[in-house]
Amino acid sequence: MQDFGQAFLTAFSLLFSFDADLMEVIGLSLRVSLTALLVAGLIGLSIGALLAVTRFPGRGVALVVVNSMMGLPPVVVGLIIYMLLSNAGPLGFLGLLYTPTAMIIAQAVLILPIIAALSRQVIEDLHNEYADQFRSFCVPTGRMMAELLWDARYSLLTVMLAGLGRAMAEVGAVIIVGGNINHLTRVMTTTIALETSKGDLALALGLGVVLLTIALTINAAVMGLNATAKRQAYA
Amino acid sequence: MPDLRPANVIDLRSNQDAGAGADLFPAGVEDLTYQAGGTVLIKGIDLTLNADGVTVIMGPNGAGKSLLLRLMHGLLEPSGGHVTWGGRLLDDAIRRRQAMVFQRAVMLRRSVAANIDSVLRLRGRADPARRRDILEHAGLADRAEQPARLLSGGEQQRLALARALATEPDVLFMDEPTSNLDPASTLVIEDITKAARDRGTKIIFITHDMGQARRLADDVVFMHRGKVLEHSPAAAFFNQPASAEAGDYMAGKIIL
Repeated sequence: MQDFGQAFLTAFSLLFSFDADLMEVIGLSLRVSLTALLVAGLIGLSIGALLAVTRFPGRGVALVVVNSMMGLPPVVVGLIIYMLLSNAGPLGFLGLLYTPTAMIIAQAVLILPIIAALSRQVIEDLHNEYADQFRSFCVPTGRMMAELLWDARYSLLTVMLAGLGRAMAEVGAVIIVGGNINHLTRVMTTTIALETSKGDLALALGLGVVLLTIALTINAAVMGLNATAKRQAYA
Repeated sequence: MPDLRPANVIDLRSNQDAGAGADLFPAGVEDLTYQAGGTVLIKGIDLTLNADGVTVIMGPNGAGKSLLLRLMHGLLEPSGGHVTWGGRLLDDAIRRRQAMVFQRAVMLRRSVAANIDSVLRLRGRADPARRRDILEHAGLADRAEQPARLLSGGEQQRLALARALATEPDVLFMDEPTSNLDPASTLVIEDITKAARDRGTKIIFITHDMGQARRLADDVVFMHRGKVLEHSPAAAFFNQPASAEAGDYMAGKIIL
């Protein structure tokens, strides 16, 4: 067991020497989570906007379902995707288990309800303000959704960020469907879990620092963007 | 304060003949009722409006003026009775030929120009030259790139009016558009409204301001407690209102 200070030193030396293994893990993490965000964002924002502007029987039930799915346990999502993608499962023929694609699917499923539920709230608040004007101009539903998505763009960026945070930080789902295979499906969180259990705290800590730095950078950028938006009264 | 009134009235409806909206008239409501939460707010109104000029709707708060406007524009569904335009029941084709300016302007979270563009695109007529004409007409040409929500109250309402007129409506509903504005801004709105009327747009205008009603009205509808008590030509109404309530209202008495 290395001591705490020693672990930090090793972590920073790994980071600043751009250690090849470390960079590979960071790169895969970003690729998987950003792709998952893109997929979940496209679907989730559409669902959110649709739920915000339409009224149909069973809408209340749909809202409860989407809202409660925000708290889906990652390991359960991982398990279900595993069963679907495993050789015996209905999607086994795709051969996706233990690939980055499987990890993207798992993370996308995990954050889809978060993006759908939060964007629904944001867009519905805005729609309450715009509804009469839209109805007066006879704006068709699809057009209305597009206009609302655009006008809520800065708040929705924060929603997307919440999704990205969840995707980058989760470990349970990707370790099940990805398998934490070296040079193939090893991402930051799974590496931290593995290296900690192996006792290599330096690498784990280095990755922890990277994770935190990425989170801080993205949050700071979005906050700056939102401040600009507020100055222009666009947020 | 610079004079913001349109210097020369440009014709925004060049593709239309004067009186293109004639087929929507006479417009009217028959036995119109509206209730919400068990309370009857509009109580069996019959009303017929003609194609020309400005119809001003007056009456104390809670009389149902805004509700009547919303029912005639189709923002609300009546609980009973009909809304007809030129003998046809109100439908989306008719609604697309109408526009409404609300008491509080709803500004999209975009630039002034983008607020106009959004409506022009909706009607399939996006064109920077047209947008420039529209903004010039509203005295907002120099504000085109500013965020719409940072305009003053008067400018926002002018933009809302310009945006409504950008759809080239045959009927324009205005729900107390100047109630929060200072006299100078009010005058600009009135001038743009009169210019629209002169181009043949039917204006239906709610106001509490007696001076404004006198300046704009060709005919006056007086409402009280969900009913129309009187519908008279403006001159007749202001000289000798037929109903005691309208007389009291104009004399500045509080009517209950």
